[in-house]
Parts: sequence; structure tokens; C-alpha cells
Amino acid sequence: MPENNCTFEDAMARLNEIVKTLEKGDSPLNESLALFEEGAGLVAACQKELDDAEQKVVKLRKGPGGEPEETPFLDEAP
Amino acid sequence: MTQQQTISVTELNNRIRALLDSDQFLSAVCVRGELSNYKAYPSGHHYFTLKDAESSLRCVMFKSAASRLRFRPESGMGVTVWGRVAAYPRDGVYQLYCSDMMPEGAGDLQVAFEQLKAKLAAEGLFDAGRKKPLPRFPARIAVITSSAGAAVHDIIRVMGKRWPSSKIILLPVRVQGPEAPPEIASALRYANRHRVAELIITGRGGGSIEDLWAFNDERVARAIAESVIPVISAVGHEPDVTIADFVADLRAATPSNAAELAVPDENEIREGLLSADIRLSQAMRKQIGNYRRSLDDTASRRVMRSPTGFIDQRRLELDGVRMRMTSASGAVISEKRNGHISLAAKLDALSPLKVLGRGYAIASAGDGSVVRDAGQVEVGDLLRLRLAKGGLACRVEHVVNADGRKV
Repeated sequence: MPENNCTFEDAMARLNEIVKTLEKGDSPLNESLALFEEGAGLVAACQKELDDAEQKVVKLRKGPGGEPEETPFLDEAP
Repeated sequence: MTQQQTISVTELNNRIRALLDSDQFLSAVCVRGELSNYKAYPSGHHYFTLKDAESSLRCVMFKSAASRLRFRPESGMGVTVWGRVAAYPRDGVYQLYCSDMMPEGAGDLQVAFEQLKAKLAAEGLFDAGRKKPLPRFPARIAVITSSAGAAVHDIIRVMGKRWPSSKIILLPVRVQGPEAPPEIASALRYANRHRVAELIITGRGGGSIEDLWAFNDERVARAIAESVIPVISAVGHEPDVTIADFVADLRAATPSNAAELAVPDENEIREGLLSADIRLSQAMRKQIGNYRRSLDDTASRRVMRSPTGFIDQRRLELDGVRMRMTSASGAVISEKRNGHISLAAKLDALSPLKVLGRGYAIASAGDGSVVRDAGQVEVGDLLRLRLAKGGLACRVEHVVNADGRKV
């Protein structure tokens, strides 16, 4: 995720909010600059997340205590 | 009357039973009729009457056979039943022991499907208001399907292409056979209990209506309906519609389609990010431009451009005031001066000296009084004459009166 406990969804939503606020153009300059910096950071973080993303597939089975246990999904092609 | 053998009721009924049991035809019949007085007992056995316009037949279907029925038989339904005819000595009746039953017209699965659909619809399980919104960027997606089927591979392939950032969590289940419905339902509940994902996809690849049947099972339908995590159903091919599809929050035509619906396309999102980046910069540039323009406007005001201009202005104003003040006071002075001059002129005109200047003289007597009348003096008097410059002391020689006559 772009930031800890911040989902991609949150990041995109925040980014859109920032773009809209900036486009309205009625915030004080120092606030606008802060928003711009935050927005640019979010763009970079989102892009980085997409760049870094690689597909993860796991198989989930019930562990001995009933808790989920993940194991890598090995191709069991039909 | 001839000698007759007397037998018991039991002996008679047993004889009839043996007779019926020995009939090959009656041991496997297929009968068509209408169900009436249909009763499913708590024991699991079903009792009913099969009838047509003129006749009726008592029937029983034991639990083992009844539990295999995939639809719910109801009175009034036209059916075909298979079974054997046998006597029931206790009641002295014969009845049809049914091993299977098919609704007439539509297949049994079709009827079961329609029945369950009507039942769950009546409970509101398909209501649009129950549908949960899907997360736009699910980070974890649970896939409940067979680990060996084509469906899981289709889903992994499409998701890997579109949105590799989400993690796929496979909960392997059987997707056909009698164990499939409880396994699917239990996997759905398990995924919810442990919150393993933000989105669930459950389904399987194409197959016959029997192969897809698990997704028409009431247990699966209810597990989907109870799921707090949004569920996408993806069963078979486009034309296959199952009960799971009606209950799910979203129906996908195929497993690949489910993957498309579950995650966004990375390329589109990248484009969106790029455009957000551009819009950010544009908005910022525009705002800075606006500030710059307004700064320029302010800076270009004359006072800002030359601060001394302000002082000069004041100086000019001061000069103006001073000038007005000077000229005002000057006017006063000159007015006074003019007044003085005219007064002096008047004074001058009145001055005896002025008169003397024109050649007149002032005569005064010895006592200093000015002589205005010749009658005031006598010959021999001493007169003083005041001239413009200096004076004379004179003796009167003669006096001439006002008539010009010598006295």
C-alpha cells in the first residue's frame, strides 16, 4: 500500500480530492503547495505500487486450530 | 356348499403379497399421474396418492429415495414415478413403492430450480437493496472453486494481466457431486469468519446442468446471501444462470469475466494517475500564475513602483498650500499697503505744507493765531509768514479789506 494502513483505494480517493480542490483554486497558497506535494507523493506512491506489484496466489486451508493457513498455489493444471 | 379351507386375514394378505411379488411386470413399473394428498413425514418418508381421471393409487417413497429428489413434489403436480407394486398386508392394501419421481414436462432440475428461485425471491434474497458494492481496488480476493479446474486458472491469468497488485487466495472446494454444496457453503462462511479477503469469487467452469448443480443448492445460496464480504458468482458460460447468480452481489458470465469485474485494468489506472499528475501540476501552475498576476498588479501600482513619488506628491501638495498661503498673505499686505498709500495721499493733500508747496503762505499773528481776515490786523502789526520752506517776519504796511479797498 502507498502508506501504512492506507489502501490503494484510499490513496486514489485522496488524490482525486486533492486534484479537485486544487482545480477549484481557492485555497491559500501555502495550503495549495502542501496539497500539491501530498498529491505528487500519492501519484508516485501509487505508480510505485503498480510497478512493484507482482501476482501473489496462495492456497488457503484450515490449519490444525481452524485458523487459515496459506500455502503457495502450485499449478494443478487440469 | 363345498368344503372350503378357512384361512386367516394374514394368510390371505400374505398370499396376495406373494402373488404380486411374483409378477415381473409389477416389480418395475413406470406410472404417470397427478400427485394428490402429498405428505412428507418427519421420518423422511413421503406418502401420497397418484391419480388420474378415473382411478387412484396409494404410493410411498422412503427416505432414502425421497432425499435424492432434487425438486419438492407438491399435490397437483403431474409426475412420472418409478417403483414396484407390492401389498401391505397390515392394511390389506397394495401400493406403489417409489424409487424415483420426475415432474412432467420440465425436467426435475428445472422444477427444483424454479421452486428454489421462487422461495428465495419471496424471502427477498435477490433484492437489489441487498447487493453490496464491490471494492474498487481489492487487495485480497478469495476464490472459492476447484483448485484443479479451468476456472481458477482463468481468474489468475486475467487478474495477473489486469491488476497484479491484488493477492489471490484460493479456497479449494469440490464444485460438483453431493459434497460440493456443503464445501462451497462452508468455504464462504470460513472466508467471512476469518475475513480472508475484501472480495469473494465463487464459481466453476462450464458443464452440464448437473455439473453446475451445486450452485443451485439452497445451502450455497444462503451462504452467499449471508456473506458480509461481497460475492461475485461466476458459474459456467454466459447462458448458464444459477441460483448463486441471483443471490450474489454481482453475476459474472464466466470466471474470466469475474476477474475482469473484480479488479480494474492497471493501464486505465496508470492513465488516470498520469492525468491526475498533469492536473495537479496544471492547477498548481495556474494558481501560482494567478498569484503572480495579482502580485504584478499590485507591484505595478505607482506607489510601489517609485516610493518617492509618494513623497513628491506630498511635496507638491505642500508647495501648493504654501503658494496659496503666500499669495493670500501677500494680498492682505498689499491691500493694507494700498490703504496706507491712499491715506497718506489724503493726508498729504490735506497737509498745509502741500498748500504752501503750491506757493501759499500762512500768516499768523503775534499771539500765534492764523490770520484769515484782513480785518484782524492793523497796519504796523507784526505777522509771521510761514512758507513752504522757511518763514518770514513782516510788518503790515496797509490793509486791504475784502472789497479790495484800502482801509
